[in-house]
Amino acid sequence: MTSYDVIVIGAGHNGLVCAIKLAQAGLKVHVVEANETAGGAANNREFAPGFTTPGCAQWLTQMSPELSRELKLEQHGLEFVGSNLPTVALAADGNALIIDGESVSGANVSAKDQQALKDFRRLTGKFNRLLYKAFSHRPPRLIEADFADRWQLLQLGLRMRLMGKDDMNELLRLGLNNIYDLLNEWFEHPGLRGALSLDAVLGTHLGPRSPNTVFTYLQRRLAEAWGEGGVYQVKGGLGSFGDALAAAANAAGVSIQYGNAVSQITMTQDRVSGVTLSDGQSLTSRYVVSNADPVTTFSTLLGYQNVETDTARRVSQIRCKSGASKLHLALDGLPEFTGLSLEDLGHRLVVAPDMDYVERAFNSVKYDEYSPRPMMDISIPTVRDPELAPAGKHVLSAIVQHAPFSLEGGWAAHRDQVISDWVECMAQYAPGLREQIISAELLTPEDLQDQYHMTGGHWDHGEISFDQVLMMRPFPAAAQYETPVAGLFLCGAGSHPGGGLMGLAGSNAARQVNETEKNG
Amino acid sequence: MSKTAPDRTVEPVLLPTPFYPCQLAANELHDWGDWNGYIKAGSYSDVELEYFAIRSSCGVFDLSPMNKYRISGPDALPYLNRLLTRDVSKVRQGRVGYSVWCDEQGQVMDDGTLFHLGENDYRLCAYSRALDWLSWSALGFDVTIVDETEQVAALALQGPTSCSALKTLALDDLQTMKPFDLRQYQFEGEPMLVSRTGFTGDLGYEVWVAPDKAEALWHAFFSQAKDYMPKPIGTDALDIARIETGFLQAGDDFVPAEHAVRQGCTRSPFELGLDWLVDFSKPVFNGRRALMREREQGSRYRFAILDVEGNKPAHHSYILHNGKPVGTVTSAGWCPTAKTNIAFAQLEMPHGAVGEQLVAEIYYQRELRWNKVMAPCTVVKGAPFNPERRRQTPAPAL
Repeated sequence: MTSYDVIVIGAGHNGLVCAIKLAQAGLKVHVVEANETAGGAANNREFAPGFTTPGCAQWLTQMSPELSRELKLEQHGLEFVGSNLPTVALAADGNALIIDGESVSGANVSAKDQQALKDFRRLTGKFNRLLYKAFSHRPPRLIEADFADRWQLLQLGLRMRLMGKDDMNELLRLGLNNIYDLLNEWFEHPGLRGALSLDAVLGTHLGPRSPNTVFTYLQRRLAEAWGEGGVYQVKGGLGSFGDALAAAANAAGVSIQYGNAVSQITMTQDRVSGVTLSDGQSLTSRYVVSNADPVTTFSTLLGYQNVETDTARRVSQIRCKSGASKLHLALDGLPEFTGLSLEDLGHRLVVAPDMDYVERAFNSVKYDEYSPRPMMDISIPTVRDPELAPAGKHVLSAIVQHAPFSLEGGWAAHRDQVISDWVECMAQYAPGLREQIISAELLTPEDLQDQYHMTGGHWDHGEISFDQVLMMRPFPAAAQYETPVAGLFLCGAGSHPGGGLMGLAGSNAARQVNETEKNG
Repeated sequence: MSKTAPDRTVEPVLLPTPFYPCQLAANELHDWGDWNGYIKAGSYSDVELEYFAIRSSCGVFDLSPMNKYRISGPDALPYLNRLLTRDVSKVRQGRVGYSVWCDEQGQVMDDGTLFHLGENDYRLCAYSRALDWLSWSALGFDVTIVDETEQVAALALQGPTSCSALKTLALDDLQTMKPFDLRQYQFEGEPMLVSRTGFTGDLGYEVWVAPDKAEALWHAFFSQAKDYMPKPIGTDALDIARIETGFLQAGDDFVPAEHAVRQGCTRSPFELGLDWLVDFSKPVFNGRRALMREREQGSRYRFAILDVEGNKPAHHSYILHNGKPVGTVTSAGWCPTAKTNIAFAQLEMPHGAVGEQLVAEIYYQRELRWNKVMAPCTVVKGAPFNPERRRQTPAPAL
């Protein structure tokens, strides 16, 4: 039986970041991954012969340059074919809106809106710098706070105050608000409002009018903290990001085992003592750090009967149903989007013509229906990275919302219809699209759950909502990565500050394991 | 009393128990109160006489309002072991066990008795409504939990003549039941569960029947056992008896954790003197982690039984050490049989060691005038009332 200091469950990006940091601190770390590749939701998927697409996440948006440098990811093979790319808000008449950082053009956008976006970005950038500081540390405890917690809170309060009275007041006013009201206050162009609102609801089970969506917007736009607003395209697909992390992990002395899922977290008396794998193998360790979502960790891997009632109760109440699904199209040629240049096609294309459209798309999911007119976040990765498809062919990858986790009548019966409806929706902007399709694949929230081991198919491992963030994430007694079960830590997106390929949950968790190791 | 009931113009808030018609007929005082939403008798005639019935003949008490939960299914044992602090596997079939259960902070949510009725079949009797907590606790377990408070009527028969009195209902070999045994008997052809349990620290039994048998049981018992002088008793008399024998009353001696609003007002099992109910050899149970920490770091309070000088009950008194308050009294009373003035106190650590001399600051009113007594008191080991017959098997016949 092999014994380690730490076993990390899952080679997702947070698991690997955590593993690297623990190995660098001198611990013997082993990572167990169910799939055949590293990266978790940042992976590649050959969905048709010769056609490769990012399987879940498709852009890198929230990874801080600071952490990337620290992990030496570029030395380990991370390359970008597109950096800080603009967003193109599609319009059926071809008069698309192009949002590039703080500037916006096209679609007869007014000078007033152009100026407003600059001011808006200045304000949200400021909020995001505050958020980034809070995200880079464990969330403070409010009750039983120790000195470090009080210091954290004090710093947060001080930083908020240092934003200036007006901006602080503004943050307090709109922090709990919804993005619909906020964008209506700031902008007049429906297309601009729609495109901006998309980031607030992407991956969530929320619509623009849902409370809380200003916060999800800021969380999604974390890169504004370091002055960026665009998306990054990784060379070779997002799977290469996972590969670079795995290479960095190997270089740090971490061992990674693929294709073998953890079936159980084992306990000796009252503390975790290792894991049992699906092939029956047992590994022992002093700590187990789970990158799996909290519901999987506690209900499946540990078993609710092995934790106290309060833990089981809280975990069972975590809201983690996603509204996001993935549509992958293998195309015979480059699709023609009305009015877009070749360069535009290499950007992020969004379908969110106005906020009511996005809200309507959300309506359906509340009743376990899918939206035939969904909002979309589209990437055609082969424009910048032709190697992902056979010569002359292209891949279109789209995050499509909203689709329910359990569709009325079941997904199997409606899969083809859903693909057809959504292609139809896309064809409003690219009329010849349907004829170019060689193969199509739909990953419903249910599929995303099964493929990526995320309960509810939620890539944040739990909704980013006020009752589930900061010291409440994933639940109060586990908010500082250490769980109520001795030796068991969480390091995934289900912990503060959530998912989105930022790696901060993993790095914060590593700090906490190290602290426990030092202080007992 | 008029023979016909007056027309009701309002719906009653409190519910009658299955024994209510019998209680109504027996209650000279109409001293009614609320217990768990049901009508209960505070006293029927005279509290002292009722108390002395418990100690010298047989007090009859309606405990139907007690919350009763049926817990069954393949995982009943592991479920209960995770729920309760004690090792439930030691409560064998046909036995009853006393236990407490805690929240995640290791604070006592309630105490109660667990009846091991059959294989994977238990009944938990609780002071507080617990269905919500019991249901949450069932996550991950294959168990069924049914609130059977309404489906079971119960009568406690407590006192030295209780065995002989109950035997008049043709309960063979009743005297061979050991304390905390339970046994199935029949009453009028229907099942009747008898347990040798009670809340008086005396020889006594609790009898559990279907509600439609309640009145018949009451009448049969009072007519057939009349030579053993059974007497209906209310909660006031019961309270004296339980204090005299050292039993805690949830809501009086501790605030059930789920009811507490203020932080720090709840108590752990250690702080209630119930260390013996906590079994750390179980790898997981609710409150374990917090209680482990408490065991290492020490408790905040200690439960103490005080022998208070004089005869003024130290209700809600401050307990002083060198003139400084170090605790409060939660239950107090003059104990007629033990002839001592007893108080249960919550004392700040390190106070409360057996033999410690303290002072109770007692206030009492006489004809609108407040009087104050500074009564010296001593921490004693155990409660003063603990008769041999409580444990004797076969039970003594009188």
